[in-house]
Amino acid sequence: MRLLTVLRTPMGVVASIILVLVLLTAIVAPLLWNDAAEARNTANLNSGPSAEHPLGTDVLGRDLLLRTLVATRLTVLLALGATGVALGLGILFGAAPVLLGHRAGRLAVSAVNIAVAFPGLLLALVLALILGVGELSAMWAIGIAGAPSFARLCQTLVASVAERDYIAAARLAGKSRFRILLRHVLPNIAEPLIVNATIAAGAALLAFAGLSFLGLGVQSPSYDWGRMMMEGLDRIYLNPIAALAPGVAVVIAGLAFNLMGEALARSLSTPRIPVAWGMRPRRPYPQKAEERGDGEPADHLAGPGHADSSEPAGPAAYPEAVLTLRDLRVSLPGHLGCLTPVRGISLRIAPGEAVGIVGESGSGKSLTALAAAQLVEEPLAVRAATLKFCGADLMLRPQSTRDRSRYQRLLGRSLAVVFQDPMTSFNPTMRIGAQLVEGMRFHDGVERSWAQARAVDRLGAVGIEEPERRAAMYPHEFSGGMRQRAMIAMGLMGDPQLIIADEPTTALDVTVQKQVLELLDEVRSASSVALMLISHDIAVVRQVCDRIAVMYGGRIVEELPADRLAEQAQHPYTRALIAAVPDMNTDLDEPLATIPGRPVDLSQRSAGCPFAPRCPLATQRCHEQDPALIPAGDSGGAHRVACWHPVVDAGRAALAEADRSAGEPASAEGSELS
Amino acid sequence: MTELRIEKLTVRYGRGPSVHTAADEVSLTVPASQTLGLVGESGSGKSTVARAAAGLVSADSGTIKLGGKPLPRRGLRPVQMIFQDPRSSLDPRMSIGESIAECLPSRFSRSARRSEISRLLDMVHLDPTRRGARPPELSGGQLQRVAIARVLAARPAVVVADEITSALDVSVQGAVLNLVRELQTELGLSLLFISHNLAVVRYVASQVAVMRTGRILEAGPADQVFHRPQHSYTRQLLDAVPDTLRSTP
Ligand SMILES: Nc1ncnc2c1ncn2[C@@H]1O[C@H](COP(=O)(O)OP(=O)(O)O)[C@@H](O)[C@H]1O
Ligand code: SF4
Ligand SMILES: [Mg+2]
Repeated sequence: MRLLTVLRTPMGVVASIILVLVLLTAIVAPLLWNDAAEARNTANLNSGPSAEHPLGTDVLGRDLLLRTLVATRLTVLLALGATGVALGLGILFGAAPVLLGHRAGRLAVSAVNIAVAFPGLLLALVLALILGVGELSAMWAIGIAGAPSFARLCQTLVASVAERDYIAAARLAGKSRFRILLRHVLPNIAEPLIVNATIAAGAALLAFAGLSFLGLGVQSPSYDWGRMMMEGLDRIYLNPIAALAPGVAVVIAGLAFNLMGEALARSLSTPRIPVAWGMRPRRPYPQKAEERGDGEPADHLAGPGHADSSEPAGPAAYPEAVLTLRDLRVSLPGHLGCLTPVRGISLRIAPGEAVGIVGESGSGKSLTALAAAQLVEEPLAVRAATLKFCGADLMLRPQSTRDRSRYQRLLGRSLAVVFQDPMTSFNPTMRIGAQLVEGMRFHDGVERSWAQARAVDRLGAVGIEEPERRAAMYPHEFSGGMRQRAMIAMGLMGDPQLIIADEPTTALDVTVQKQVLELLDEVRSASSVALMLISHDIAVVRQVCDRIAVMYGGRIVEELPADRLAEQAQHPYTRALIAAVPDMNTDLDEPLATIPGRPVDLSQRSAGCPFAPRCPLATQRCHEQDPALIPAGDSGGAHRVACWHPVVDAGRAALAEADRSAGEPASAEGSELS
Repeated sequence: MTELRIEKLTVRYGRGPSVHTAADEVSLTVPASQTLGLVGESGSGKSTVARAAAGLVSADSGTIKLGGKPLPRRGLRPVQMIFQDPRSSLDPRMSIGESIAECLPSRFSRSARRSEISRLLDMVHLDPTRRGARPPELSGGQLQRVAIARVLAARPAVVVADEITSALDVSVQGAVLNLVRELQTELGLSLLFISHNLAVVRYVASQVAVMRTGRILEAGPADQVFHRPQHSYTRQLLDAVPDTLRSTP
């Protein structure tokens, strides 16, 4: 089970050991010492620590050590009971929207929102007084007091699951609401619930000790640690240990639950109560963790005529490129050796230039973009011979805080990143306009009113009608396409020198896509902003970009001017991609062309050309040697291709596209499973 | 297979001053054993129509009739839906076999279920021995095949496919579209196929409807809509399609 991964962290191991000890004591101690702990010794009342009684004795001469150990069971049981009550009520209220439908659900949500506002401990005290003195009523009091925060957590978790299409699919399958809750909703929110319940159990244990200490909880002759503390307090000057020992026990046990929960939360990366939604767009691989590449000095820029395969092509007329990547690698150290999802990308983007990157998912497009934007996080590591943005060498680790903030400012203002997935990038509980303001990666010297006006302006600029009204709406009120446009608007809040757009139009329809591409184009020509456009759709990229880099298996396999794409693409993979896009002239009587086989598996990379297993032109040589990216014949260096058998004449083009006939589904994706 | 007839469907979201009419008197017919393609920009209300047709959102007014009868509100629904994102449409904690089984009519016995699941997986070109696999182990294209198999398990009268290839790579999109076409002809499915990609709709649909801001602007045989568009917006859509990529044959 995934929960066991917690044992891989030191904190998890420590927490588990303490927790197991506490639980063992709870089970074993009453079995062994229940009678001994009750045994009175009238000759030895209220004694301090001695060899016979290491912690001393109580009013009736009973051994305090044994009593502390025996009390573990009741204390832990009551804490768990209270947590169970809180969890059960929380689930009940949290799941109300699913069980009762929207209207009744909204009522439950408001009720929870009001209840959450009460301080928990106070609520527990009041409830304990109302419900009456005694361990069971105290358990209910603490449970009920803890329920609102669980209900809130459940509501958020349930809401995120309820939006999923598999819930809709289960409804179409005719499943009842209750069954959907049991089969689909609860299993998918169980992990965060378990984590938070563990943490809450620690808190419940403390709260219970409090109530018992005040005399509202466990009543004599039963005893828990809280009650023992109360009894010990009377004689704090005679034998301080009598009060301290159960106190220490409370702290240890409470801590054990808490630590365990924290460790679980960390290893499963689940949110803790109160559920904090990320304020900034959540990025797939946020900040940090770059490494200095071991290449040559970084400020080496090739002039024209350098045909070195690792030299980025691109207009040499702009010696000051906006972005220069040379031999960029992103690797993932793992127990089976190091995987390298991006291995040796060289690319240069001049001011105002639009460069497209195309390839299938998993080809390394997004990682390349994130590495360029300094958004790659551990355990992934970035290395490069050169990684320069606007003249700043990003491979140099900023030394001082001033340097670091200068870097941040440069990246924040001059680099806009538009991400692929606006659904998870927006905070569901915040208005769109506010998120645009929050999402800016720079804040200094910007007035809030200006930022707000800018947000509305940018929303209008990306084709959102009534931007003022829309800015005040929540993400769920936007359709998918509009969320994507709002995402782009967020990227345009600053004054970017470079816009990195990762699949910005994938979910958009043609007209909006066209508008968005035109918008990007407008911004680009108006202020000579460069654009790095990433897409799996080669048609989109060709429409907008001057130059296209085709990626496969973490490398650029072909780079060429956009106008050469249709006629002069030479790499068999590029040609296959082109053939796979249906257009308005596609023959309706034939199956669509597909690329047989599946994308490269990073962990099983062979020595040869990564495309060889799927390539209709592959020869023995292709399987043995990896072709380098070298200038193609007549292009003067603008067109580079990495292939032993580039497609240069029409006959070969036909052969490379021949999969149209072999492209029935069974031989395409279906074969992945055999 | 049966005809699905949507008449004057109106769906509103929100209340009071922030009310938004997502579908405005939409009338559409998915003819028996044919594919109706629905195109339009995002936010035009395509998904709303799709969800209403499947009974997932309730209409404020209008009727949806299946073979002349209103849609049933409980039990296994005769109108089934395939969604855009296959990662979201399959429960990550259930094996693909279990997900498919959920949609099987109750008349199947325990043992018949097993062989039926195998048959369905085979039908969408997946290896039946992978029935125990969980969604995270499969690629997007494979998951979309599972979603198709699940829908077929329900013996639907009509299938609604909402942007089912737009989350997939181009190379995979072709395979899924080939499969949809193959199944549609083989099983005689009545299909409501929604996409923003005109070239994709052209490839699968015999009838086409164009939607904008909650209204249907134009509908008719695919050939007519694509070659003799009546509405200026349809022409605009057609003009926005990226030029052909291939060298002219
Ligand atoms: N749950 C909702 N609440 C409020 N408005 C919504 C909701 N769902 C969709 N809308 C609105 O309805 C309109 C149509 O959305 P939708 O049917 O998803 O369009 P499409 O499928 O064409 O992209 C959009 O303007 C969107 O903002
Ligand atoms: S090097 Fe060989 S296998 Fe690789 S793309 Fe070229 S022809 Fe195909
Ligand atoms: Mg939609």
